[in-house]
Amino acid sequence: MSEKLHPVTIEVNGVRREAQVPARLSLVDFLRDELRLTGTHVGCEHGICGACSVMLDGEPVRSCLMYTVQADGHKLTTVEGLVQADGSLSVLQDSFCETHGLQCGYCTSGMLIAAQALLNANPDPSEAQIREAIGGNLCRCTGYQQIVEAVRLAAERMK
Amino acid sequence: MIDENPALVGAGKGAHAAPLPCVSFRLLASFHSGTHAPAVKSAPFEYARAGSLAEACELLARHGDAKLIAGGQSLVPMMAMRLVRPAFLVDINEIAALKFVKPEKDSVRIGACTRQCTLERDEALAAKLPLLRQALAWVGHAQTRNRGTVGGSLAHADPSAELPLAAQVLGAKMVLRSSKGSRTLEAGKFFSGPMATAMRADECLQEIHWPAWNGRTGSAFTEIAIRHGDFAMVAACAQVSVDADGRCTRAAFGLGGVAGTPLAFPKIAARLAGTKLEDAAIDAAAAGAAAETDPGSDLHATREYRRHLARVLAGRALREARERAS
Repeated sequence: MSEKLHPVTIEVNGVRREAQVPARLSLVDFLRDELRLTGTHVGCEHGICGACSVMLDGEPVRSCLMYTVQADGHKLTTVEGLVQADGSLSVLQDSFCETHGLQCGYCTSGMLIAAQALLNANPDPSEAQIREAIGGNLCRCTGYQQIVEAVRLAAERMK
Repeated sequence: MIDENPALVGAGKGAHAAPLPCVSFRLLASFHSGTHAPAVKSAPFEYARAGSLAEACELLARHGDAKLIAGGQSLVPMMAMRLVRPAFLVDINEIAALKFVKPEKDSVRIGACTRQCTLERDEALAAKLPLLRQALAWVGHAQTRNRGTVGGSLAHADPSAELPLAAQVLGAKMVLRSSKGSRTLEAGKFFSGPMATAMRADECLQEIHWPAWNGRTGSAFTEIAIRHGDFAMVAACAQVSVDADGRCTRAAFGLGGVAGTPLAFPKIAARLAGTKLEDAAIDAAAAGAAAETDPGSDLHATREYRRHLARVLAGRALREARERAS
């Protein structure tokens, strides 16, 4: 039995990617298995944990809750796309290191996407706004405190 | 709302996956099945992206086992767990004509595929229909509201979801379209049971008409959930209008999570009209509403606890609405 393949063209981190995919291939599996962009993590695979967060046309979304075919014609930013042009860590990523905003790192790519999207929309967020923005991302190591500190530090540094 | 049955969650991995001519592999899946099975969780389905509402209706009419996908924030997990296995998915995300917010004199018309985040950020909408923004603050998380749509939430009809409750309390009207024509159903007739509506399989929710109250009006939404963003154990919302003396001219309130559909209590609310919305009047209304509920017990809350929450939260919502109206 062969399944119908759909052609898709998706701009991922500024690079145009073309592929043929079955309709049921989730976006996160496409990113990781097809494009080998393994910075985006697969956590719960049903929209609870936020580890698979990516930006779709600039807005954070859960890539386990989208089929790849639905992203056809759209722009994605994954955690790999957050680094600076020379490949060094972004201000936000460096701030996570500074404040010990990660331990095992499983949630970190999703946290970074959620926090970067917040900072893009609101360069000076309050603690409540930070907590709201990362409210859909689960972390089992840090207790969140250092992640909130990281986002605040990044906001201060980017002023 | 999501049933975390590990047997279902694991069902998509390898065991049922047929070999596909696709270059995607997951090591684990290949290992289990001995073939290059793709990393997929949903059962196979055919897919079409509808360019217009007419095309979406035509696809629904042509394919018996077709389902619409809007934001997919409830449907995709259900498909991943294979609780739902539609043969055909009609994607309405790219239909621009289904995305709009049009304020009118006594109502706001909202296109069914308008994203929840769009509504959340709309200041004019918040001024005209404050209950909607108040409800949206409890809906999922930023990432799910960025994809989730207003129509998708209503059509999914989870009895503890926030937007269906707001629609029920305000008496929103759903405009349904099919290849045969269109019809309009009020929320009370639209929601027919848990995750069930009066929509036929060939119908698409086109737009929602939300009544807007003029004058000195206040509204409030509140709920108790295990974690913020989870589905509510019990949710309550209220809207009241008062005259210059603070006397109630109109009231509506309702409860979610305590029955198969969101509940509104028009008869009890009507008794608030003419009062000054004193605490005693509100408490009596809240107690009356809670007594009419028929919640179930589960791991998270007993029936008695849900009824207790229903009374407390209905009272809280009415009091907050009163404060905002005066």
